[in-house]
Amino acid sequence: MRFTKDHEWVVLEGDVATIGITAYAAEQLGDVVFVEVPEAGKSVKKGEGLAVVESVKAASDVYAPISGEVIEGNAGLSDAPETVNAQPESGGWFAKVKVADPAEFEGLMDRAAYEDFLSTL
Amino acid sequence: MTDESLKTTPLYEAHVAAGARMVPFAGYSMPVQYKDGVLKEHLWTRESAGLFDVSHMGQARLRGVSPLSAFEEVTPGDFIGLKPGKQRYSVLLNKKGGIIDDLMAARPDDDGLFVVVNGACKDNDFKVIDDELAGQVRIERLEDRALLALQGPKAAEVLAQHAPEAATMVFMDARAMQAFGTDAIISRSGYTGEDGYEISIPAAEAERVWNTLLADERVRPIGLGARDSLRLEAGLPLYGHDVDETVSPVEADLAFAVSKKRREARDFPGAARIAKEFAEGASRKRVGLVVLEGAPAREGAEIADEAGAVVGVVTSGGFSPSLGKPIAMGFVPPALAGVGAKLKVIVRGKAQAAEVVAMPFVPHRYVRKL
Repeated sequence: MRFTKDHEWVVLEGDVATIGITAYAAEQLGDVVFVEVPEAGKSVKKGEGLAVVESVKAASDVYAPISGEVIEGNAGLSDAPETVNAQPESGGWFAKVKVADPAEFEGLMDRAAYEDFLSTL
Repeated sequence: MTDESLKTTPLYEAHVAAGARMVPFAGYSMPVQYKDGVLKEHLWTRESAGLFDVSHMGQARLRGVSPLSAFEEVTPGDFIGLKPGKQRYSVLLNKKGGIIDDLMAARPDDDGLFVVVNGACKDNDFKVIDDELAGQVRIERLEDRALLALQGPKAAEVLAQHAPEAATMVFMDARAMQAFGTDAIISRSGYTGEDGYEISIPAAEAERVWNTLLADERVRPIGLGARDSLRLEAGLPLYGHDVDETVSPVEADLAFAVSKKRREARDFPGAARIAKEFAEGASRKRVGLVVLEGAPAREGAEIADEAGAVVGVVTSGGFSPSLGKPIAMGFVPPALAGVGAKLKVIVRGKAQAAEVVAMPFVPHRYVRKL
């Protein structure tokens, strides 16, 4: 699993990246009440908006940590947005993306680097 | 994350110790939520009792030969008719009939008028009152006092243990009394739609009173996040968002703040505009909306008619924890302001179905009779 400074995580299997937000991000957001995930076929660029996650207080963008084409959004989150809080780094994934350039994945932080980054916040 | 430019309330240390997330609000560092989070804090207030620090709000005494009649020069309320022990909601009006701020004014004792205004507006409010009523009233700002709100269905039974007299009050009663071993000014009112009280106490006593109330297992601390979602469900406007200097009481659905007598006398700032709006209707109305599909519509989201033409804007909105769906307030033309009117809210480019509903979204539970 790799991480971004915007608190997204990515798991790469073959050329398919599964993307979500970290446990830290979910805790900071508080209770998630609505999630907007991308539709299959949408092409996304690294750093651009991929999904939107909303707490009672506010809406926050989730940025694509990696470029590619969305092959699936997590439809289960529309009925159960609280999954993002309960299982942020597993069942609460947002989208699966067919990756354009696997080198982008290698450029992301590993868990040790992400945890070092968290300790600076 | 200490910002030196921010002021703090007497409860700052207590909030930090309780694990609050502190944010800048109205020039103060204030708790937006505690460990429970906004959703649980909101629901706890609806089912038990929530304790809020609202010491950022502006408290003052207005004194003079006849402060009640003087106050009518800057508001449309019947303050000459305000009886001892009663509180009234009102608005400070500019010359164009726009709302400078909304406020509570009370006669808790014989010492003039006790006024509570919004924290973000307080310096300007007291300047306006001082300028307009110079020579008639003297303003004493009570900056050495804290303000707590205890809100929820169990607030009355909790407070009765510390201030038995509070149990004899009804909604919008306000009394100065000895409570918690200090001099308190207590009103039975609030900003959540629930029964409850606002409690003014000396700043030096604030932390002790706060801890005394929190020692009761029925009471939990509640941050500004839930304060906002609670007042939204209660249909209560938030100054600077739903109401500002361009909005009149008629447009804001606050016509009840314009007393019948004053309405006939037309003797308040902006009376010509407001009388015209009473006679002919305002060009826009604040309404409540239930969002029937999709994401919460938040402040700034456009409101469109069924044909897609933009007709208004959301002034506050979010997810309603009590109803489990998104709700909003906004301004629309009167023809589209009736309950049941079908509208759209535009969120991130998508038109989502919405419908005008009567406010409050969640019924008020004020205790009007004992």
